[in-house]
Amino acid sequence: MLTISLTHYVVLSALLFSIGLFGVLTKRNAVAVLICIELMLNAVNINLVAFSKYITPLDFTGQIFSIFVITVAAAEVGVGLAIIIAIYRNRLTVDLDNFDWLKW
Amino acid sequence: MLVEFAMMHAWLVPLLPALAFLVIVFLTRPFEKLSAIIAVGSMAIACVIASFAAYGIFTNHEYTKTPLVYAAKWLSLGMPGVTDSLMVHVGVQLDPVSAMMMFMVSFISTFIFLYSVGYMKGDPGYSVFFAYLSLFGASMLLLVISSNLLQMFVAWELVGLCSYLLIGFYTHKISAREAAKKAFVTCRVADFGLLLGLLALQITFGTLNLVELGEKIHNFQEYTSIGMLTLIAVLVFIGPIGKSGQFPLHVWLPDAMEGPTPVSALIHAATMVVAGVYLVGRTMFLFHEVESAMQLVAVTGAFTALFAATIALTQREIKRILAYSTVSQLGYMMLALGVGSLTAGMFHMWTHAFFKALMFLAAGSVLTALHHKADVWEMGGLIKKMPITGWTFVIGGLAIAGIPPFAGFWSKDEILVATLAEGHYVLFAMAAFTAFLTAFYMWRMIFLVFFGDEKPENHPQESPWTMTVPLIVLAVGAIGAGWFGTPWYNVWAEWIYFGEPHHGPINYGAMLLSIVLAGSGIYLAYTMYLKDAQKKRARKLAEWFGPVYRMLYNKYYIDELYLWFNHALVDGTARLFYLFDLYVVDGLVNGIGTFTKSSGDGLRVFQTGRLQNYALIFFLGVLAVAVLVTFTGPSAASLVLGGVK
Repeated sequence: MLTISLTHYVVLSALLFSIGLFGVLTKRNAVAVLICIELMLNAVNINLVAFSKYITPLDFTGQIFSIFVITVAAAEVGVGLAIIIAIYRNRLTVDLDNFDWLKW
Repeated sequence: MLVEFAMMHAWLVPLLPALAFLVIVFLTRPFEKLSAIIAVGSMAIACVIASFAAYGIFTNHEYTKTPLVYAAKWLSLGMPGVTDSLMVHVGVQLDPVSAMMMFMVSFISTFIFLYSVGYMKGDPGYSVFFAYLSLFGASMLLLVISSNLLQMFVAWELVGLCSYLLIGFYTHKISAREAAKKAFVTCRVADFGLLLGLLALQITFGTLNLVELGEKIHNFQEYTSIGMLTLIAVLVFIGPIGKSGQFPLHVWLPDAMEGPTPVSALIHAATMVVAGVYLVGRTMFLFHEVESAMQLVAVTGAFTALFAATIALTQREIKRILAYSTVSQLGYMMLALGVGSLTAGMFHMWTHAFFKALMFLAAGSVLTALHHKADVWEMGGLIKKMPITGWTFVIGGLAIAGIPPFAGFWSKDEILVATLAEGHYVLFAMAAFTAFLTAFYMWRMIFLVFFGDEKPENHPQESPWTMTVPLIVLAVGAIGAGWFGTPWYNVWAEWIYFGEPHHGPINYGAMLLSIVLAGSGIYLAYTMYLKDAQKKRARKLAEWFGPVYRMLYNKYYIDELYLWFNHALVDGTARLFYLFDLYVVDGLVNGIGTFTKSSGDGLRVFQTGRLQNYALIFFLGVLAVAVLVTFTGPSAASLVLGGVK
């Protein structure tokens, strides 16, 4: 019987993180990048909860911490989407390749 | 009662003219007459106080041994209670030397001020001129009564400043401005030596008070070596070399006649140049201990005397001849001090002040009458139209030539005897020959200016009383000032001496020699410039000795030498530093700028402006840190990354 150990969680988390990172680095669409960032944050959340469950099962530190992460992520998505909408109103595009005006 | 007051309040003597300076500058400048009255009046009152104080000093033999000193604390630096902290006093030291000087300076200044009232009439800067004169007199009087060398140095520099202001008084004349600059710079060069000397004195002996220094230097072995003391003496002597126009820093003095004539008289007779001689006389205790420094003083003096006299032989401008004669006479004074005779040096300074002030003022009178035509060859027969000026000048000429019983004879004789008594035969010969030259060039000028044929283009007139009265008074001085120090009854030597007063046997030989030399000098001038109306012989001599004549006329090319030196060395160094500045300093600064700019150019390619590039680099950075921590452990990683271990 295959039991689910800490390693599985960590591998899952690493995979999720890598997928998110790949999306962040490659997607052109700003909204897609934001979604990928959500993936990375959730990978971290899995990590936190898994470590908490397997290593310090009596404390709920990891769980509490991930609730914080979710809260901050929600706020971050709010701000991020607002910025994207603002840019879109100006530029009529959400393609990140066009967002290089801060360059020299 | 009055005498007591004057002696205890001698500080009033410099203070009054200084106040006059302030009052004229700030209050009475628009009122010319009032300014003149204030200047002359304050100096006259100062002279009266000085005479009472001098009377007090010269009636009590106590003061030749222990001077009357009173001082107030000026400043103190350092910890209280620490013995070697710097304490500077400002005070008055009255002894026969300073009392004599105080009287002499204020007396001569009074008459020069009075003379200026007439001489400067109509000048746009009339009030300012009197303000400067007052400050000049005040500075010199402060120098004279100073009880310590730092106070003296302050006055010394003030004198230099005033001379600068007054020599360059005619600011519209380029030559006057240049002369003022030259005087100031030359004196500054010398003052630097003096300042170093004073610093060394303060460091070595811990005091600059004249009385204390006198005692300490007497036992100098307790403080320092003879070598150090020699160095100090030489450094101190550099100051007087500049101020008193000794070779090789005499160059400013003949140019100083660019100022108004009363200023020349003041500089050459009463203030300024005698300050150097006075300083050496004041610090005699220092020079007395160092044989080599004394010899330096003596040789410098004798050489300057001869050197300047030869230049004076060929000069054509009336005031320039007088200027070189001053340099020459100052050389005599230095010679006297150098052979250890404070008596003779101060005596010559005293008599010289009278006849030189007299001759300068008379020359000024001549220049006014001839509308500032200065060449002696264009004058002649002036004595008929200007009898007072002419005869007083003749008296001055007799005095400086050394004809008894005029003042110069006694003092010059004293110097010659002192030189001979010390066994300096070469210096004696130089001094004696100078005496001959002096008589010759002085009387060359007198014959050319006042005697001979009148020139029709000149319309001279005698000057007003404000100018002639000082001439007459100074002429009386030029006759009688030397009677204090005749070999038969030498009052002077009883009062003014260093160490012990000494009465040598009367040296009739030296006396006779100086009379013969002076007489023959005058006679030679008479045959060459008066009897020979066409001056054929003089012209022929100048032709025969063409190179020599030109060398003398051009003052041994010393000015040109300095100019060349200036160009070659000073300007050369400046050019070198300019290049250094251009390439090294500027190069460094520009290099830093260029480096910053080019490194920025290089680095900006990393700034793509693309969000995802930044994110990638950010991630790679995190990855690198993670790898580092994984493979080297946290403690080694913290070495690289910082943070707590």
